[in-house]
Amino acid sequence: MQDYQTQKPVVLEILDTHQSMPGNLLPILHGIQDTLGYIPPAAVADIAKALNLSHAEVHGVISFYHYFRDTPPGQHTIRICRAESCQAMNGKSLENHAKQQLGIDYHETTSDGVFSLEPVYCLGNCACSPSVTVDHEVFGRVTPEKFDSLLASFKGTK
Amino acid sequence: MTRVFISRDSTALSLGAEQVAKALQQHLTDAGKTAEIVRNGSRGLFWLEPLVEVETAQGRVAYGPVQVEDIASLLDAGLLEGKQHPLFLGNIEETAYFKNQNRLTFARVGLTDPVNLDHYLANDGYRGLKNALALQPVEIVKHVTDSGLRGRGGAAFPTGIKWNTVLNAPSEQKYIVCNADEGDSGTFSDRMIMEGDPFVLIEGMTIAGLAVGATQGYIYLRVEYPHAKIALNQAIEAAKQNGYLGENIQNSGKAFNLEVRSGAGAYICGEETSLLESLEGKRGLVRFKPPLPAIVGLFGKPTVVNNVISLASVPIILDKGGEYYKNYGMGRSRGTLPLQLAGNIKHPGLFEAAFGMTLREILYDYGGGSASGRPIRAVQVGGPLGAYLHEGQFDTPLDYEAFAAISAVLGHGGIVVHDDTVNMADMARYAMEFCVEESCGKCTPCRIGSTRGVEVIDRIVDGVNKDKNTALLRDLCDTMTYGSLCAMGGMTPFPVLSSLNHFPEDFGLQATKA
Repeated sequence: MQDYQTQKPVVLEILDTHQSMPGNLLPILHGIQDTLGYIPPAAVADIAKALNLSHAEVHGVISFYHYFRDTPPGQHTIRICRAESCQAMNGKSLENHAKQQLGIDYHETTSDGVFSLEPVYCLGNCACSPSVTVDHEVFGRVTPEKFDSLLASFKGTK
Repeated sequence: MTRVFISRDSTALSLGAEQVAKALQQHLTDAGKTAEIVRNGSRGLFWLEPLVEVETAQGRVAYGPVQVEDIASLLDAGLLEGKQHPLFLGNIEETAYFKNQNRLTFARVGLTDPVNLDHYLANDGYRGLKNALALQPVEIVKHVTDSGLRGRGGAAFPTGIKWNTVLNAPSEQKYIVCNADEGDSGTFSDRMIMEGDPFVLIEGMTIAGLAVGATQGYIYLRVEYPHAKIALNQAIEAAKQNGYLGENIQNSGKAFNLEVRSGAGAYICGEETSLLESLEGKRGLVRFKPPLPAIVGLFGKPTVVNNVISLASVPIILDKGGEYYKNYGMGRSRGTLPLQLAGNIKHPGLFEAAFGMTLREILYDYGGGSASGRPIRAVQVGGPLGAYLHEGQFDTPLDYEAFAAISAVLGHGGIVVHDDTVNMADMARYAMEFCVEESCGKCTPCRIGSTRGVEVIDRIVDGVNKDKNTALLRDLCDTMTYGSLCAMGGMTPFPVLSSLNHFPEDFGLQATKA
């Protein structure tokens, strides 16, 4: 895990640019996660201080939302849709295949640090189920074979 | 220069539209040919995406589904002149799927470059705003009330009445909030509007601002829609540059500003009060109602919270008048509903039609039956909180009241199809599991009830005290329905009970005809 002291300037700068924005906590958390990949637990104190909130309030918001994470992700985050439309098109077997291929369960990262796996509830790509995203790219009608070729194409890329 | 259209819609991209556009550009360059590649929204015929359309002397013709390896043969065959090819589809607007639609809200989606303001203006854009600027707020609200428009997010509350409440709430500051947290499985109409015609949403929100006296708007967009965010921000920037947003809209002296805010993967934030909490930077806990958000909304101020489609339907109402819109539809369901066909269906896509069509027409005449070719067994309409319908209910017309009469909901118009391999006890269990995952935790029936629901369903399926546990499940659903604060806990029983009632054999129970 990275030393927070090297991340702190990034956090302080994001806090600074959002100072006057109404309802700024979510935009701040997005800003931090977009830049650092996650929200370092040590940043909670700085966020709380800047926004005049308690640590519990900030931690409560981070933990409420599925999207925010407090540990570093792998190089690529794979999200597999678990919702009904994807289930109707063999989404469950795709989920099992993905876990088996990666050797991890949801909310885990492969030991080589390349892939993190997260569940997601609907990507709005239901016309072409089952759907998967890798980082910010969406893929539709994903078969186990297509999933394997996605892994191969993303492995080794930054 | 010949114009070629290839979609920038997420679903088209998920099937390779970006690679197709790049490959076409490369082939054109290599061959020394020129054509303008326009990245449009999607026509909504997703089994044909990536779709390539070409403007020719004979009109606009389409080819699809096109993959990178087809590009060379398409160009050889005369793609730019609209010549024949195995992937040739003709004019997409002449296909049965397209021409029988009533595309009011989606009129421009797939036709134009979504973030090009000139395209928008050339295709009837901002005519509604122009009319609205000449009207008194109360007159704008009257048009919306007269149109019969009801909230398209699912609750179907009359939009005009909501606006009127905010108009009459005295306050220095009011807000327009667009609920773009489209979390229901099987729905993507909001996404398609935001990616395919973002100006129509911006125009609708601006009109809403003029109508109720709000000068600030927020679009609360789910984080799962990165492409929609890009398109919205591009369109907002263009609108600002050209005086359609800002402090002095079209020199009227009226102000309206707009900002996109990202959600963070919480389904509950599609519930309006939870959404407001989230916009304020808090956990998305549902608020007690009353007070209504129309009176005490965002930051405690009177706030209009409307779904994307509701707001995107406003420009045409102000352009053509409330009566025009009201002439579509049936009963108390006026206007059109963008239906979204998803799951196990041969022709998935978006289909905007006046209320009144039956589910059977949609599923078979347009949807073409299941994708697997097996019989359709169950259809969930209205997202994860909607009831599962069986074959015997497919003749129900798409109308809010007709659906309510069979203990179902039309919701946001999403239709998810399952073939006969589906296990409905699994789907009922999933509905409870989803509620466990997504409950905000504020009220007990939802927070605890969903966990107990999963356990009880497991016991029934395992054959443990079946009758007693079935009675317990019904009792639990009753508590959730009447004891929950919002629709999350209150409607989770819809998919659960409809599965239990229509498909008892999947739970290992005897069929009892109710």
